[in-house]
Amino acid sequence: MKAKRFLTASVVPLMFLVLSLVAIPVSGMSARYIFSEVSARMARNCFFVLSLIIPIMAGMGINFGMVLGAMAGQIGLVFATSWELEGVKGILASAVVGTPIAILLGAFGGQVLNRARGREMITSMMLGLFVSGIYQFFLLYVCGTIIPFNEESGVLLSRGYGIRNSLMLPMAKGIDNILTVAIGGVKLPIATFLVTLCLCLLTYWFRNTKMGQEIRSVGQDADISEIAGIDVSKRRVQSIIISTVLACYGQILYLQNIGTLNTYNGADQAALFAAAALLVGGATVSKAGVVNGIFGTGLFHLLFVLMPIAGKNLTGNAVVGEYLRMFTSYGVVSVSLVVHAWKRQKDREMDRELLKRKIQDPAKDE
Amino acid sequence: MKVRIQTIIILVFIALLFVIGSFVGVNPAMSANDVVMRFVMNGILVLSMVPMVESGCGLNFGVPVGIIAGILGALISLEMELGGIGGLFAAIAMGIGFAVVLGLGYGLLLNKVKGDEMLIATYVGYSLVYLMNVFWIVLPFRNPSSVQGYGGSGLRSTISIDKYWQNALNNVFSISIGKYITIPVGTLVFFGLLCFAVWAFFKTKLGTAMSAVGANPDFARAGGINVDMIRVISVVMSTVLAAIGIIIYQQCFGFIQTFSAPLAFSFSSVSALLLGGASLNKASIKNVILGTFLFQAVLTMTPTVINSAIEIDASEVIRIIVTNGMIVFALTRKTKEAK
Repeated sequence: MKAKRFLTASVVPLMFLVLSLVAIPVSGMSARYIFSEVSARMARNCFFVLSLIIPIMAGMGINFGMVLGAMAGQIGLVFATSWELEGVKGILASAVVGTPIAILLGAFGGQVLNRARGREMITSMMLGLFVSGIYQFFLLYVCGTIIPFNEESGVLLSRGYGIRNSLMLPMAKGIDNILTVAIGGVKLPIATFLVTLCLCLLTYWFRNTKMGQEIRSVGQDADISEIAGIDVSKRRVQSIIISTVLACYGQILYLQNIGTLNTYNGADQAALFAAAALLVGGATVSKAGVVNGIFGTGLFHLLFVLMPIAGKNLTGNAVVGEYLRMFTSYGVVSVSLVVHAWKRQKDREMDRELLKRKIQDPAKDE
Repeated sequence: MKVRIQTIIILVFIALLFVIGSFVGVNPAMSANDVVMRFVMNGILVLSMVPMVESGCGLNFGVPVGIIAGILGALISLEMELGGIGGLFAAIAMGIGFAVVLGLGYGLLLNKVKGDEMLIATYVGYSLVYLMNVFWIVLPFRNPSSVQGYGGSGLRSTISIDKYWQNALNNVFSISIGKYITIPVGTLVFFGLLCFAVWAFFKTKLGTAMSAVGANPDFARAGGINVDMIRVISVVMSTVLAAIGIIIYQQCFGFIQTFSAPLAFSFSSVSALLLGGASLNKASIKNVILGTFLFQAVLTMTPTVINSAIEIDASEVIRIIVTNGMIVFALTRKTKEAK
């Protein structure tokens, strides 16, 4: 029984491990190359992935609405770029602009999700798509018309309003460059790792604060928490706000490492990859920890690096690898959602069975 | 017939768009023609939502599953070099075949995840589309219209069906009114027949059972209905209708779109149905017809009018906001099963 439970909990990570073990020899990559790629991607992505944890504690599943935070971060970066701020100053300015937007969007998202209890995940996903429409409207038609922009900074399209499709960020590597250490010829952005580590510690600390404990009890059973005097709706909104703000910082951290901002479709798949990474790490939609986030990001990006080359070597067509990579990302999320939903349904059926037995034969039970 | 206040508001909005449009130089006849054309193109895809909503499987965000079946049918019809109305119906027949197989698998999967159908359907749709992207490259299609010309292997991302069955059904009894308006009577009648078939189905014993499962699965089970089987039937029906729907769409559009194109249809079809007044667990033919018309009219007219009036092409942004906003709104409305 215990072994079976372990298997259902870890079917997704195991699947991924096996796939990676097969893909490594097929891709023919050197260990050093793999290490440098995966470590770079971990530095860039871990923070963003970790921002998903708190809504899961609150029982709201995976917050696909984290793209709201990513968009807030991108708006911050656009403004900081137009002010031509470099290095850490640029990063801080982006965060200062992004934070209030993320708080507002998070509060809005939380309210919406409170009205859609029981289907938070699909609603948060649709919310992300909806807000991305508003985000595009804002950047394409409001920036440069209603909100004045510095024309010399080159962030505007040549028509005079609207933000360009891709921006070179002056604050690129702002955090990475604070401290970089080379290990065996592979440069590691230690400063970025330290920021991520801070978030890990904060998440641990947060679990045991009053707010953290209340959020966790809401996640365990909303009805009982309500009776115990916890303002469930408020706690749920708070958890979404925290997640959105963290996602905003996560996106800034990610983009400062990449160095260019893909203005209009940068955030689209961010939530998908983050969710996939977390789930690969053995998290479920009702239980996730820091370890899942970090382990999952490493494992997911390992396969992410291997897949295109392995696909190319297998079929002789580079595009196939790319599609296989997308398929695995979506497949991972699908499989772990299915496993989780299936398990819940089984539990429910078992409860019903027990109840039935109790009704039919009440004496036997006591 | 009861008309909702929202419907009236949208109708007034559309009428206003036509009036403003005629002042800023939009040809109303041409716009009306666009709306009619888009209505017949998308109608069946929206209709394909109905069985799953009625059986309680929720909005079918997994519509790409059916669309892929339809694309396979269309491609094989092209491979056999079938033209005209025969080619179209051959495509539909094969599409239905694939849809039954895929729909069975899809339905069985959704039975395992009751309560989370919509989210999982979305992801299953996406996964299947990307898996098929690999197959579009690998499968041995030979027709020069379908495969990439320059030495590469694999299908084109848009395949012209000009030489085969473009407008095959549209041209049956098509009526031209004035210079700009052409009514594709053949396709309209076909759509009408399918609507009637679905309506009639819900009057049969099986159809009533399906609605009962959607209304309350526990009562339905107590009433001796095999809930799981009914749900699978509804998913297969939805998938088959989506396969037919995409082939009719291609017939009007003139191209078969492969690769990531199927993804574009799920949210717009769901949104159209909701705009017609459907909810997460109740949808009727009236919702389908009204919703498709309203949705397509708003999406055709708003960008055209804005573009002519202030010379901004905001069609894509408007489409995103309208489509997804509608779905978010519907998801946040209270339903019976929600606490």
